[in-house]
Amino acid sequence: MTAPVKAPRVEEKLYQNRYQVDAGKPHITVTPHETPSANLVAMTKICPAGCYAKNDAGQVEIVADGCMECGTCRVLCEETGEITWNYPRGGYGVLFKFG
Amino acid sequence: MAEEKFDAIVIGAGMSGNAAAYVMAERGLKVLQLERGEYPGSKNVQGAILYADMLEKIIPDFREDAPLERHLVEQRFWMMSDTAHTGMHYRSDAFNEEKPNRYTIIRSQFDRWFNGKVREKGAIVLTETTVTDLVTGRDGAVIGVRTDRAGGPIYADVVVLAEGVNGLLGTRAGLRDRPKAAQVALAVKEMHFMPRETIEARFNLDGDAGAVIEAAGTISKGMTGMGFVYTNKESLSVGFGCLVSDFAEGDETPYGLLDAFRQHPSIRPLLADAEIKEYAAHLIPEGGYKAIPQLFGDGWVVVGDAAQFNNAIHREGSNLAMTTGRLAAEAIFQLKSRKLPFTKDNLALYKTLVDGSFVMKDLKKYKDMPKLLHTHSSNFFLTYPQLVAKAMEDFVRVDGTPKLDKEKATLRNFARTRSWTGLVGDAFRLARAWR
Repeated sequence: MTAPVKAPRVEEKLYQNRYQVDAGKPHITVTPHETPSANLVAMTKICPAGCYAKNDAGQVEIVADGCMECGTCRVLCEETGEITWNYPRGGYGVLFKFG
Repeated sequence: MAEEKFDAIVIGAGMSGNAAAYVMAERGLKVLQLERGEYPGSKNVQGAILYADMLEKIIPDFREDAPLERHLVEQRFWMMSDTAHTGMHYRSDAFNEEKPNRYTIIRSQFDRWFNGKVREKGAIVLTETTVTDLVTGRDGAVIGVRTDRAGGPIYADVVVLAEGVNGLLGTRAGLRDRPKAAQVALAVKEMHFMPRETIEARFNLDGDAGAVIEAAGTISKGMTGMGFVYTNKESLSVGFGCLVSDFAEGDETPYGLLDAFRQHPSIRPLLADAEIKEYAAHLIPEGGYKAIPQLFGDGWVVVGDAAQFNNAIHREGSNLAMTTGRLAAEAIFQLKSRKLPFTKDNLALYKTLVDGSFVMKDLKKYKDMPKLLHTHSSNFFLTYPQLVAKAMEDFVRVDGTPKLDKEKATLRNFARTRSWTGLVGDAFRLARAWR
């Protein structure tokens, strides 16, 4: 395998999008844990909105405001109980103009 | 609303949900359609190519007012190395016909139009409404839904699950499994806007004619994946997707791969000076025939992406969604008009209709392709594209080497990199999976 391509700042991409954030009611949460699984750690790279990040203590955290509701983290991490995944309340979340 | 009972509740206003709701409402059924987005289409993402035939079977005169972008006259398949692409292009004036066969569309706009047609036929559509649970009766049959709106459950004779690839309701109710990482691709996409004359000049197009580029090779870093550029009227849809299971094992980010694809020397000039107005992500069902779940049960059917209906080889997803939505609606209408209950046994009619259609026949034809491409991905997506690029360079570059020596070097190169048995084996496996 070759070296990974240098990732651009995903925040700049998300800046174009329209969101209706349901303040204080994130639709995805990470369950408190000591050591994250390989899949949960992988989300810090795979999440297309860059919602997942590792904190200084090595645990994975999520800020779901930029989430595009693709479901990748649900496919990789819901089964183990490491995350909970719901769709946002009706009308909230990402709102695609083009889609 | 709570006391009212519907003939059918459709969950979702994407391609399959709109097709199902439209056909049932047109046949006089009392239909409620629930959509969690602010407007139909606001949560929906696709490339996107619309195949006319499948929509004509639902709305024959859709061309009169549907928001279509460009009718496609040219298809470019590009096998890419880091610096080159080797292409196969197919372009025909036959596609400049009175009723074109394929169009590019912008899903948020198209779905809004499609859902307007559903309402015209008399279905009740509630947007900004997330369904939270399926309601089951004492015998386990699905009899309605709960939503995040105030009020109690809403009841219906049958519930059509058109909830998309990442549908929570069916999996939570135990009707099907959550998709596995090897059964879905994660695709990211950007909308690049530029004047229509620029698009027409760069892609050699007249008027509303359009072209698409579908590209695979070293751009996916050995993973099973591909990139695409679709021409809309005043924008280009530029996207990149790879299997989630491959992403999970590697070090790439989806947006990093998209940007590398954009910066490929063969792609970059096509996108120059564009204004990017949106970035989207979506899962694509890639499991094929073997990933199709149970399609019906007491009081429910599942249609479209939620049931993994996507022909990954021919990039046909939304037409399988429309077709399965329409067939579910026809089955439901037949049962209703014969006054039969919506039991599992009776709803098996939906599967019979799907089995008899092109949907299942096509998926069955390619039932071994997902496994082939997924288990040999680095050969098909990394090794061969590099070998082909080198062979092409040797063929066209004139440097005084005798042609016979060049040919021998090319063959040696293939055999050394992949071994003769490997080459023959790959050709054999590919032919068998294609058959």
